[in-house]
Amino acid sequence: MAEQTKKLDERAMSEEEMKELEASNINKITLKRKWMQYKKHPGSLALFILVSLSTVITVGVLVFLILYIIINGVMHLTLELFAWNYNSENVSMTPALINTLIMIVLTLIMAVPIGVFSAIYMVEYAKRGNKVVKIVRITTETLQGIPSIVYGLFGYILFVITLGWSYSMLSGAITLAIMVLPLIMRTTEEALMAVPDSYREGSFGLGAGRLRTVFRAVLPSAMPGILSGVILAIGRIVGETAALIYTAGTVAKIPENLFSSTRTLAVHMYCLLSEGFYTDQAYATAVVLLVVVLIVNWLSGVAAKKLMSKTK
Amino acid sequence: MKRQKENIMKYVFLICACMSILFVALICIFLFANGLPAMAEIGFADFLLGKNWKPLQNQFGIFPMIIGSIYVTAGAIIVGVPIGILTAIFMSRFCPKKLYKIIKPAVGLLAGIPSIVYGFFALVVMVPIAQDLFGGSGKGILTASVLLGLMILPTIIEVSESALNAVPESYYEGSLALGATHERSVFKAMLPAAKSGMLAGIILGIGRAIGETMAVVMIAGNSAIMPESITSGVRTLTSNIVLEMAYASGLHEEALIATACVLFVFILLINLCFSMLKKKEA
Repeated sequence: MAEQTKKLDERAMSEEEMKELEASNINKITLKRKWMQYKKHPGSLALFILVSLSTVITVGVLVFLILYIIINGVMHLTLELFAWNYNSENVSMTPALINTLIMIVLTLIMAVPIGVFSAIYMVEYAKRGNKVVKIVRITTETLQGIPSIVYGLFGYILFVITLGWSYSMLSGAITLAIMVLPLIMRTTEEALMAVPDSYREGSFGLGAGRLRTVFRAVLPSAMPGILSGVILAIGRIVGETAALIYTAGTVAKIPENLFSSTRTLAVHMYCLLSEGFYTDQAYATAVVLLVVVLIVNWLSGVAAKKLMSKTK
Repeated sequence: MKRQKENIMKYVFLICACMSILFVALICIFLFANGLPAMAEIGFADFLLGKNWKPLQNQFGIFPMIIGSIYVTAGAIIVGVPIGILTAIFMSRFCPKKLYKIIKPAVGLLAGIPSIVYGFFALVVMVPIAQDLFGGSGKGILTASVLLGLMILPTIIEVSESALNAVPESYYEGSLALGATHERSVFKAMLPAAKSGMLAGIILGIGRAIGETMAVVMIAGNSAIMPESITSGVRTLTSNIVLEMAYASGLHEEALIATACVLFVFILLINLCFSMLKKKEA
């Protein structure tokens, strides 16, 4: 008798399990059922195809562009192009590469502290409904929308003409710093807001002041996010042309001081193209630019991922 | 001592936050202070509606450039908006997780490619194709529109995707429970709810397209006359500045700065629309 009930129990169990299994499968649509559905609703199928097709176009354009330029450009990457000094025969990009590096460092020195500090004010200090915050939000959005050529012209009027610095590294760097400022501000703000409040409360509870809390508790855990923004800013600096032509100029030499004119890699490419008979070298420069952008984007992604795992 | 440090740093942060206000003010002041007098000297109507841009004969009418910018931007919207929005829908609602991990960075990369590289790509790939198809130089409204349409894709995709993701899941589930297919639920229940967010993305894309310079200069043909057909060359406001700033002087230079003012006003209007839409969404 006891055995029988046990058996029955077992059977009941297995039936229940079966039901559970079915229940978990009921929302899963098999391919066959999906196909049946589409047969009944051809409109849905059309939409699905449209949506997929657009994605294929988007990704396809990217893949095609990168492969086309790299495949056609790699063979033009000769040693001559990396000679130390530029002349019209070797069209070396080494000075432009070095200039780009200096330009990145100079721009970040100005843009990162201002960007991070203002984000700290916006997130950690300002109270709800603060008027300054509202205005700053509007102005950063405005800055973000301004085309790079307008920045370039502004830099030309203010630094090159009014302040009399002529075409110089410094004019270019300040112009670029204003340009990437909103990007750094926004990413830092997002990173700061992602830090859980318990960090701040814990720090306050231990008797730390606001300043100490920000620098010791909040900033370290927001670091990967800030870094990802800074890396994206580097990408913008590397790729910028229009804002630099009329501020930093186009001299292809390693600069002697902050007030000498320089050309970055992207400007170098523009000069090659506008002179008209350096297409091969332009290909090679495009390859270098693309590789830099690929690395920059990858690094920024890695940093962002780190932030995600940290705040979880 | 500690109090003092706290207070000082608070003001340092505040000053940094106010820097962006200062920068916008500086940009406005310097652009308009140099541009408006030139506009007044040329005459506002002659400047904005004049059809002749002949710096050597002191004729500065930027109407062809305004039209050029509008045509090219409109073309970019026709090309970019459908592809962008449909891609955003795919990423938000159709994409398997594994595929998403590839597509999302790909869109980011699309945004990161320098515009000079886009322009070069169009010059060596799209211009020859256009030459074969339509004859002529291959440079013109059509080529520029297609390229700009591709360039504004990441902007539209990113904003639309986050607008779609913000729609409550219950909209979709409700529609599904009423017997609608997955596609119908997405397009009929979720899309209308995300409409204003998507529109904000499109407006941001318009701003990008109108402000794009280096890529357009290479493939738009750059002739400062009223365009006659879709394949004829145009000059946009941005390319007008880049092309002539190098050798301009006197009134010519000021007229170019005034061109930038017009462009700046366009961008301000676009930004205004954007923030109004965003407010509506929130």
